[in-house]
Amino acid sequence: MTVMTMIEAIRSTIRQEMLRDDKVMVLGQDVGKLGGVFRATEGLQAEFGEHRIVDMPLAEASIVGSAIGLSLSGMNPIAEIQFLGFTQQAYHQIVPQLARFRYRSQGRYATPVTIRAPFGGGVRAPELHSDAIESQFTNVPGLRVVMPSTPAEAKGLLTTAVRGEDPVLFCEPLKGYRLVKGEVPDDDYAIPFGELRVAREGTDVTLFAWSAAVQLAEKAADRLAEQGVSAQVVDLRTLVPLDVDGIRDAVAGTGRAVVVHEAPLTSGFGAEVVSTIQEEAFFSLEAPVARVAAPDVPYPNIGIEETFLPQVDRVVAAALKAVNTR
Amino acid sequence: MKRREILDPHGKLLDGQCPTLDIEQTVEALERMLLSKHVDERAFSLQRQGRMGTYSAVRGQEASVIGSCLALDPARDWIVPQYRELPALLRHGVTIEGFLSYWKGNSIAGRIPEGVKVLPPQIGLAAQLPHAVGLAWGLKLQNDPGVVMTFIGDGGSSEGDFHEALNLAGVMKAPVVFVLQNNGWAISTPRSKQTAAESFAARGPGYGVPSILVDGNDLFAVHQAAAEAVDRAQSGGGPTLIETQTYRLGAHNTADDPTKYVDTEEKLTWEELDPIPRVISYLKQQGAITDDAVADIEARNRAEVDRAVEALDEVGPPPAESLFQHVYSQMDPRLCRQRDDILKGADR
Ligand SMILES: Cc1ncc(C[n+]2csc(CCOP(=O)(O)OP(=O)(O)O)c2C)c(N)n1
Repeated sequence: MTVMTMIEAIRSTIRQEMLRDDKVMVLGQDVGKLGGVFRATEGLQAEFGEHRIVDMPLAEASIVGSAIGLSLSGMNPIAEIQFLGFTQQAYHQIVPQLARFRYRSQGRYATPVTIRAPFGGGVRAPELHSDAIESQFTNVPGLRVVMPSTPAEAKGLLTTAVRGEDPVLFCEPLKGYRLVKGEVPDDDYAIPFGELRVAREGTDVTLFAWSAAVQLAEKAADRLAEQGVSAQVVDLRTLVPLDVDGIRDAVAGTGRAVVVHEAPLTSGFGAEVVSTIQEEAFFSLEAPVARVAAPDVPYPNIGIEETFLPQVDRVVAAALKAVNTR
Repeated sequence: MKRREILDPHGKLLDGQCPTLDIEQTVEALERMLLSKHVDERAFSLQRQGRMGTYSAVRGQEASVIGSCLALDPARDWIVPQYRELPALLRHGVTIEGFLSYWKGNSIAGRIPEGVKVLPPQIGLAAQLPHAVGLAWGLKLQNDPGVVMTFIGDGGSSEGDFHEALNLAGVMKAPVVFVLQNNGWAISTPRSKQTAAESFAARGPGYGVPSILVDGNDLFAVHQAAAEAVDRAQSGGGPTLIETQTYRLGAHNTADDPTKYVDTEEKLTWEELDPIPRVISYLKQQGAITDDAVADIEARNRAEVDRAVEALDEVGPPPAESLFQHVYSQMDPRLCRQRDDILKGADR
């Protein structure tokens, strides 16, 4: 085990996969000499050359579109989109093309492209850089949507993404890049998709979260503990595929649930989690399932982002309300 | 940009011009052109009889499609199609019934056969172009000698993907040939409304991509341009944009009504420029073919299409189970449950 930041874990995983398989390559904006705007590929061009760490023209659709073609040729591309918000410029290559290539070719062709993209608020970034738009991609059959929350998760899930046969949208929490440190296994480490992680044991209420919201839920759990409430924190890790059995088991254990996410409330992925709980664990429920999300407004300018983003207080309040429902 | 022409509308070689296809190859091209025309006719009537879905005919563009693909080696090179390039796909190893099965609604029967270097038809206009560039770039990275030929229409070339793809192909020197079939129309929108540029080929140099403008109804001019482009790609010279100036003589597809917008005068002019009679009269002038020989080709083609249509009629809807296959490499439990529910016909 080595203690690393999230960005270090991502970099070392990319490197490990590039050493393992010479078909693995990275394409994106500024990924070469600069090592990416967040340094996820720092030093890798010097090590692997310009043909495997490729600086691309500033055009997201052609990054994803050519990654599709590269994968068809037998390469294993990791495409970096500088910010998740700019996947919009490649949306028509991700959703109707990348995600359904296997299906529309009836399995004749696979496009195992991994798209890495950072997102999430609280880092005082300019407009369009922080938006949590993951739910725009969870209604897209054919695509895996992966949400690491810690350095170890980042390694395990990225390894699975790169080695897998399916296209993956790998969303990285900007806020956690340098802030979140943790032990990362040194050896090969692959986390299967579709298995949630219990980040903290608890018996009174389950807090469901993913990505940076996991740390938020953990802070809320600390506060709840001070008030004598034992909160379980569940990190969903992958939204697609969703660990339905794991969600049912968690709710069966506590009977109360709060879903926390950074995206706006309406049609956020929280709605899917709540529906799943309702379908799978209705008779375990002791209280209505609550959602703590951003309001249905555009991501605001940084002067007011703390008001927009779900804060610990709101999570604690929602959890207490659930616990106090008898 | 000067337009390349080799064969005049009456099938005479223009002064000083020499075709890049010999007589035997030209006869083969003619067979393919006539087959394409025959499939178009049959596909339209099948659609009218409810035996097939939407179909987009190649009619009028046979020289453009076949002249291009004859420059490819099917064992080595790839085709990344739009949807109006049937004869090129057939030469590469797709079957008539396979192609029509896709349009009939059965993608399993329409699956591109193993080993055939063709991607599925593209419905999202121009989205195939970045794929073609990536594929070509990937072949180059792996020292594969293959070249990628991709097709796009005049309408589709207004999409951002066209411009991003040309730009990237130039930067990466990808071994790709863009064949832009300017057939005058994008459904009902005339070419003049797509761009103020003097030609589509004129856009290439702006991306550092060598471009060629050809008479798209001239089999030899198209083939010469395509062969030059494939050579360039193969020898490390990178991409080429070819604009073939042609004309869609039929409807956009089986759902279209061109009488609402096509100018009859213009269409008559283009009918005079039909690429097929041109090749026939060339071959006759060369003493290489007779009316009887053409009739023989037509008879063989008819038999071939009859056989394909019989096979097509055997193709039913795909099995219900197939709805769930090939979404992912492996089905996750949630999808398995949905499958079980739907296949049982009952909600859990
Ligand atoms: C992105 C996209 N927009 C619109 C359509 C609907 N559409 C199908 S074909 C077509 C016209 C295409 O014209 P062109 O590119 O010139 O090719 P042609 O059909 O003439 O060969 C349109 C608008 C589509 N399939 N994809």
